[in-house]
Amino acid sequence: MDESKCIACGACTEKCPKKVVDTYNAGLAKRKAIYVEYPQAVPLKYRIDPEECIYLTKGKCGTCKKKCPVDAIDYDQKPENVTLDVGSVILAPGFEPFSPAGLDNYQYASHPNVVTALEFERLLSASGPTHGHVARPSDGKDPKKIAWFQCVGSRDMNRCDNAYCSSVCCMYAIKEAVIAKEHAGDDLDCSIFFMDMRTHGKEFERFYDNAKNKSGVKFIRSRVHTITPLQDTGDLELRYVTEDGALKTDVFDMVVLSVGMQIPAELVSLSNKLGINLTPGNFCDTGTFTPVETSRPGIFVSGAFQGPKDIPQAVVDSSAASAAAAELLSGVRNTRTKEKELVPEMNVLGDRPKIGVFICQCGINIAGVVNVPKVVEYAASLPYVEFATDKLFACSQDAQDSMVDLIAEKGLNRIVMAACTPKTHEPLFQETLTNAGLNKYLFEMTNIRNQNSWVHKNNPELATEKAKDLVRMAIAKVAMQEPLKETELDVNQTALVIGGGIAGMASASSLAKQGYTTHLVEKGSRLGGQANNLFHTAKGESIPEKLAEMVKDIESNDRIKLHLNTELSNVDGFVGNFVSTLSSNGNEETLDHGIAVVATGASPYTPSEYSYGSDDRIITSLDLDKKLMAGDPALKKLNGALFIQCVGSREPERMYCSRVCCTHSIENAIELKEINPDMNVYVLYRDIRTYGEKELLYKKARQLGVIFIRFSIDNKPVVKTENGKLTVTVTDHVLQLPMELEVDLVTLATAIIPNTDEKLANFFKVAINQDGFFIEKHAKLGPSEFPTDGVYLCGMAHYPKPIDESIAHAKAAAARAVTLLARQKIFSSGTIAQVDQANCAACGVCVSICPYSAPSYAEKGRFAGKAEVNPALCKGCGLCVASCRSGAIHLKGFDTDQILTQIFEMDEAV
Amino acid sequence: MTKDMIGSVMVVGGGIAGMQSALDLADAGYYVYLVEKGPSIGGVMAQLDKTFPTNDCAM
Repeated sequence: MDESKCIACGACTEKCPKKVVDTYNAGLAKRKAIYVEYPQAVPLKYRIDPEECIYLTKGKCGTCKKKCPVDAIDYDQKPENVTLDVGSVILAPGFEPFSPAGLDNYQYASHPNVVTALEFERLLSASGPTHGHVARPSDGKDPKKIAWFQCVGSRDMNRCDNAYCSSVCCMYAIKEAVIAKEHAGDDLDCSIFFMDMRTHGKEFERFYDNAKNKSGVKFIRSRVHTITPLQDTGDLELRYVTEDGALKTDVFDMVVLSVGMQIPAELVSLSNKLGINLTPGNFCDTGTFTPVETSRPGIFVSGAFQGPKDIPQAVVDSSAASAAAAELLSGVRNTRTKEKELVPEMNVLGDRPKIGVFICQCGINIAGVVNVPKVVEYAASLPYVEFATDKLFACSQDAQDSMVDLIAEKGLNRIVMAACTPKTHEPLFQETLTNAGLNKYLFEMTNIRNQNSWVHKNNPELATEKAKDLVRMAIAKVAMQEPLKETELDVNQTALVIGGGIAGMASASSLAKQGYTTHLVEKGSRLGGQANNLFHTAKGESIPEKLAEMVKDIESNDRIKLHLNTELSNVDGFVGNFVSTLSSNGNEETLDHGIAVVATGASPYTPSEYSYGSDDRIITSLDLDKKLMAGDPALKKLNGALFIQCVGSREPERMYCSRVCCTHSIENAIELKEINPDMNVYVLYRDIRTYGEKELLYKKARQLGVIFIRFSIDNKPVVKTENGKLTVTVTDHVLQLPMELEVDLVTLATAIIPNTDEKLANFFKVAINQDGFFIEKHAKLGPSEFPTDGVYLCGMAHYPKPIDESIAHAKAAAARAVTLLARQKIFSSGTIAQVDQANCAACGVCVSICPYSAPSYAEKGRFAGKAEVNPALCKGCGLCVASCRSGAIHLKGFDTDQILTQIFEMDEAV
Repeated sequence: MTKDMIGSVMVVGGGIAGMQSALDLADAGYYVYLVEKGPSIGGVMAQLDKTFPTNDCAM
């Protein structure tokens, strides 16, 4: 396929005679030998499957070549070797879902109603083989009962070699169960069979709780050992043993196997070739303090290859890997990139509107329903329309090029695009206008696909009429559109990092290594934050040693200005131009900076439960770390030590998991066992959450003889001291009987609680969630930044996390900040509010209502005291416009007369 | 040493991780080669229906 020619019209696929298994739909559907994976694929170019194509395998057919309207099919293409010179490599090769085909006890290979979670994902998807209708594969029947089996291909050394936890399956199984119930209604019975429920991420515990208590998903703590297909019915009988030893039998319509992540064999051999060390689970080996560095200098790693992880963590690591590469290459930045040449903008102010209208067919997406030629003909008849035409795919490169030519040839000065959604495509079309020398705001896009052809498939005539209405409204609006200016602002090249813990230090260090002067502000008298209280990492590195190295690195870096005993007392300004006031012992200084990184950390919870404070032998995890660091000789003499998990976490008033405590307690339990193998060590827990390869520590602890006893939240252990005896009573989950354990030390694995800093939140206009942690820009795609431009987030201020994740998050925040700093100049949007100050009554409503603090009172000039809007802060939301009682504020590009004109044009239709 | 360095980076893998690395590096002033063995970028995330815990559409 010649990608430069393919316009993704789909003519080739339509006529291709060869059907093959559709791997995108996890094998549940068929596709053709010439295909695009899915309609939104990027790049949207067809591809020939060389193993399946009849022409390429047998030398005959050639149908696609005959059907292709642009002669893009080239059967003679051969694989080429390309040599690239690069300064660094980032490995983000991903994972493969574990294949359960070899596990005969689960019947996956032999029974169609046993599916993998990825297959179920496709069954739920609107673009999947059943259009989102959950139907079971054997007979298309609506299932009434679905079971999920957790840990298939994870935490299992008997049936496969994957000892690690895949970290994501608990959450995706809950999600699938909840969504399946949303699709099928509450009658659908969803049961999840699990060992430990691992919902250790931000907002995950609440999601689990809602699934259980609101959506009615059932959670059964058991590993199902046998599935028996019930003859002919397609149903499956499950036999399992509950925790108390009772044997149960239940019949389900479908079984979903929550398959884990696995590193493919080819990636293992690539790693060997590259000389990169792998972990026991075949993931890329990294250090806790260097979480994205492989064992080979200059090669970095991100995503699931670094360890099984969810999307936000993959996004964080990826930004961190970019930061690591950029630290290395900062001296040669901008040496391989090219500046874009700008086309001078034509002045069309005052010219009579000459509108060009483009109607996109979107292949058959629009043209299959809407009579596009009729819409074109209609558009051409409307006032000010100079030219109207249709395009097979308006977004294709050739269509873009022809638009540039048409703008010049016909002298067009306004453009209407009737196509898909502006959310994804408006920037592309606006760039085309810019390339043609037209101001990009002389443009109006109307969606005749998502809101028309897709939803009115059965009414093509009415859909055509609706397309005409939408086009007419867009034309009326664009005729009144004026060129808009984007204000240019310099970006101050200095960075501010707030918080001198692990995250703040790592972020400051990365920014400095990338060439930026960075001010690191810490309210305490020393760097290191909570890490000062920690003994060693899950991988066994000494935290005091590594911390000392980090502190030395910060103190010796000329680009880092350290401010200890300092707090922020005020923040003015906006992205690229912040002015902050730093207060230290009553002295204030102001600092100009372009960006800010919030790394204010979190604190340990001081327990009120389990008799804490009444006896020296009842301590917290951090107290135990202190004893271990000091080499306390008393530890060796203990006969019994006991850990209680979830102290203050996963409680109704603190509905989140503190993420690190299971691993922390298990590390210390192992440590105690190693100090004295005869010591009785107990861990009382609710779910063990040693995600990823931390699972190996859990296994090691069990092998060393650490005893794990599960308790439930409504029957917590009781800690007592009587006559000098320290005892803990807990109901054993297997025996269902209370046991009294006499021990010498009780360690409470206390929660990590946020340093809810409302003052800082107000300074930067960022939000705090109901648990008290800062809310990031986007849970999945913007985990290291705030919605406020120029302000970034990392470390435990976001959510509790271990050191490796804090450092990755810190580097990620630095990488995101550098994408802004590197621009040196930023442009505000053109669609912002503007005050007609002559009409302003200075009532102050706009000033108080704006969520971004964009309006203020002018300080000087003819209109002193009247409102003015700072273009750099305005997001164009229109709140002030709607609330202005004098009608003095206008939203550029969406002015009242434009909106009213559109409404009047619509009125014509009704 | 800096003089001998090359201001471009190869990112291997076009899933969510590779795409994020590529974007960050390109926006920071480095030329990026994004290498993907399949015909389109997006990786496994493109096969997902919704994402937890917000239930946003994965596409």
